[in-house]
This record gives sequence, C-alpha cells and structure tokens, in this order.
Amino acid sequence: MTAFALPMASNDGGFIPPTISDTHVPDILPWMAEYGTGFGKQMLLVILSVVLIAWFFKVAIRKPKLVPGRVQFFAEGVYSFARNTVGRDIMGEKNFRPWIPLLFSVFTFVLLNNLFGAIPFLQIPSFSHAGSAYALAAIIYFTWIGVGVQKHGIRYFKLAVVPTGVPGWILPLLVPLEIISNFIVRPLTHSLRLMATMLAGHMIVVLAGSGAAYLITQQDNILLNATGVAVIAGSVAMYGLELLIMVLQAFVFTLLTAIYIQGSLEADAH
Amino acid sequence: MITAEVILAASEGANPLLPNWWEVLVTAVAFAVLLFVVKKFIAPAFEKSYTDRVEAIEGGIEKAEEAQAEANALLEQYKAQLMEARTEANSIRETAREEGAQILEDLKAKAAEESARITAQAQVQIESERVAAVNSLRTEVGTLATSLAGKIVGEALEDDARSNRVVERFLADLENQQNAGVSK
Repeated sequence: MTAFALPMASNDGGFIPPTISDTHVPDILPWMAEYGTGFGKQMLLVILSVVLIAWFFKVAIRKPKLVPGRVQFFAEGVYSFARNTVGRDIMGEKNFRPWIPLLFSVFTFVLLNNLFGAIPFLQIPSFSHAGSAYALAAIIYFTWIGVGVQKHGIRYFKLAVVPTGVPGWILPLLVPLEIISNFIVRPLTHSLRLMATMLAGHMIVVLAGSGAAYLITQQDNILLNATGVAVIAGSVAMYGLELLIMVLQAFVFTLLTAIYIQGSLEADAH
Repeated sequence: MITAEVILAASEGANPLLPNWWEVLVTAVAFAVLLFVVKKFIAPAFEKSYTDRVEAIEGGIEKAEEAQAEANALLEQYKAQLMEARTEANSIRETAREEGAQILEDLKAKAAEESARITAQAQVQIESERVAAVNSLRTEVGTLATSLAGKIVGEALEDDARSNRVVERFLADLENQQNAGVSK
C-alpha cells in the first residue's frame, strides 16, 4: 500500500519522510481525485463500521440464550462494559438507563474505527482524520448542552459556569475560566485527544513502513538493509502499543461522554 | 540525509486540524444511523437477555432455597418420627415386661389357691368318710356281735329278759369305751 501512496525517494535519492497528506489516500469518488474533494477510503470505512457493528450485535443477540455461546458471550461482554463499567459506574443507578444506547454506540463506533488502523489493508484509524473526530465530539457536545438545558432550563448555563461555595470577589476570574474550560476547551480536547493519538499511531506505522521499505529497497549497503528489517521488527512492538492505545482511547472517549452528560444532569448538585 | 528543505516540504502537507467536510457529514450521519439501530434493535435485545438471565438465576436460587427448606423440614419430620417410634417401642417393651410379670404372678397365686382348695376338699372328704365309716361300723358291730354272741351261747339267750340286759350292758360298755377313745 505504501508503495503507491508514499513517494519514497526524492530525485537525489534521499529519504523523504511521509507527511500528514500521506494519511489521506486519494478519493474513490471521483476516482483518484485529490484528498478532500470527494468520497474516500476513510468514509467507506466509517460506513463499513456501522454496518459491521449493527450486523454483528444483531446476529449475536438474535437468539439469546440464558447460557450464552461464545459469540453471545463476547457481545454481551462489550455491551455490559458500555452499560455497567462506563454507564452505571459513572452516571449512577438513577440516570444511566436512557443513555445506554448512546454510550454503547459511541464505544463500539470509536473502538471499531480505531481498530481499522490495526487491520492490514484497511489500515487507517478513521478518527485519525480530524473531520470524524470533530463530528462525533460535536454530537456529544450538543447532546450534553441539550441535556443540561432540558433539565435545568436556561439556568443551566449559570450552573455550569458559576461555581458555588467560592467567595464573590473571585468570580470575575473564575467565570471566564469556567466558560473557556467547559464550552470551548472541552469539545476540542474531547475530539483532538482521539484524533491526535490515532494520527500519531498511524504516522508511526506509515513512517516505519516507508522507512523500512526505503532502507531495504533503495540502499545497497547490506547493513542498512538489515536495519530496515530491524525497523519492521520494532514496528511490531509499536503495533502492539497502538492496539492498546486504540482500545484505551475508545474507552476514554466513551468515559468522557458519560462524565459530560452526568455533569449536565447533576449540574445543580455541586 | 534529511535536510531542512525536506522537513519544510513535509510540513507543507495538509493541516491535520482542518477537517474534510465530507468526512464530518459521513461520520455524523453514520453515527446517527448506528445510534438509531442500537436504540431500536440492539439495546432492547441485550436488556431483555440480561433481564431474562437475572430472572432465571434469581428464580433458580429461590427454587433451590425452597427445595432446601422442604428437605430440611422433611428431615426434621423424619427425625421426630424416628424418635417417637423409638420411645413407643421402649414403652411397649416395658409394658410387655410388666404384663408378663403380672401374668406370672397371677398364675402362681392361682396355682397356690387351687392346691389349697384341693387339699381342703380332700380333708373334708376324708373327714366325712371317716364319720360315715364310724357310723356304719357302730350299727354293724352291734348286730354282728349280737348274732355272734347268740350263736356262741345258744339257748342260754332264750331268756329275753336276761339277754336284753346283757346286750344293754355290752352296748353301754362299748359306748363308754368309745367315749373314752374320743375324749382321749
């Protein structure tokens, strides 16, 4: 894949490191158009993820048994992770039930799209593209603001930015900070944390791949060729680390979703 | 090898923070579809499976507890019955022993009574027979003696007056003699 996607050697034969642009393969529709003008691989994968998630969990629970089989057991494990570990533990017994579908969707959606980066030939974590991360974070941003307004009315914005139990003279300092932290920084960190980790992981894979390819195919020195093999070996360890980060970021993203919504529901409690 | 120009050239790539709006749209729509499917089909199915299992397990535990309680009750009942049966057997044995002793005692008393009765009866009989014998002897001895004496003395006894006197005297003597024997 890297062979056609990445220009490996410049005219003078030096190594050109892959750039951010290389994480965007040309669009499919219109065919081979430049990135950003049409329908690309990343979007195909996003749609594929929805189909896969819906299909897998639908099939896994089609004939539920009291003593689950292997597939049902796995599916229920994922579901109860989103439901209990994230939903119930964060939002509490009282609030969590209506939010199970959202948390489950967010978790599986982010998890599978991240794992795409670890599957050969698919090999791109969808959220390494900022657009996807912004979209999902925005949905959640408007969700928790909507929840707050619905629950507390317009008073919610006061609850969200004016901390209680602090002396009045410090409020002029605190309120702007709270506004920035809650309504501006929060959605940015929420989306960029996911995007940056995925992009970085993807760049490492691309860099290792192109570097190894360059060292092995473009160099005549046998020692440098051997170094290329060593790079591949090292990238396997990076691959393992990436897998961990992919799962962890899916968890973190879902966890933050739950925390934000919980914060809106209980805005008057603190 | 990696010159400043190369790095500069690399940094001219797309800004990773600028989104492709198509991606934003596709992701938002895809997520909305996923959320709809999950909310409509997947989550209810999993919740139902979860509830069913909780019910089945709790029902099973309840059933097991019931069975356990029943078994315990039965065991208690059996134990009580066993105890009762044992007590009863003991009391029956005790009663039987007492009754046996009683019967033995009765039989002994009855036998003693019977033997005493037989003895008494025999004595009475002996006494009455003796009296009868004495009476019959008294009459027969008189007649026999008279006839014997007549044969011996013959006509000497033709004289009624005399013979009457003799018999009278003899009988008186005999009587005296007997009286003396009785008083003796």
